[in-house]
Amino acid sequence: MYLARVTGRLVASVRYPGLEGVALQWIQPVDEAGEPMGAQLVACAAIRCGPGDLVQFVDGREAALACPETFVPVDAAVVGFVEEAASHAGVLRQRGLERGAR
Amino acid sequence: MLIGKVVGSVVATRKDEKISGSKLLVVQVHDAHNAPTSQYVVAADSVQAGPGDMVLYATGSSARQTELTEGRPIDAVVMAVVDSWDLGGENVYEKWAQ
Repeated sequence: MYLARVTGRLVASVRYPGLEGVALQWIQPVDEAGEPMGAQLVACAAIRCGPGDLVQFVDGREAALACPETFVPVDAAVVGFVEEAASHAGVLRQRGLERGAR
Repeated sequence: MLIGKVVGSVVATRKDEKISGSKLLVVQVHDAHNAPTSQYVVAADSVQAGPGDMVLYATGSSARQTELTEGRPIDAVVMAVVDSWDLGGENVYEKWAQ
């Protein structure tokens, strides 16, 4: 799993059967300091979240397990809303985008 | 998942028998700001996408999780046709804009 920021929403009405009603969101993976890490990607949202939120996501085959229907071609899913992530780089918080002291 | 534009299809008469019958598309990868990249993928189609469509595709073992691709040597599958998206509250792509 990785940390990411939700950056946008994506609309797709034609989908593989079983994915109806699943929210699709653009996410930007971030490092332990909250800085962008790699390219943005689209993920299914298993939890309610919106642009600006700090989340955690899972990639690979396991991502489909977070969807209502598990036999679907999904390779990234947002699985958690992160309140706080503490590391040697400081504390990364959901709101305010700040890097607090530990 | 990543997005891309369908720019062509693949015709192959000699291929692994497990992929015969799969419709294969050539997809040019676009970034989040809808700028085309120099990367292309060949992906199986599960949603009847056509040339010019902006699509979403899944890669790796997830691509085998469809009825068409299960148990077959396929590592990319188009699983949605994109209508629109926005980034930071700003509309980036709108299928019906023209």
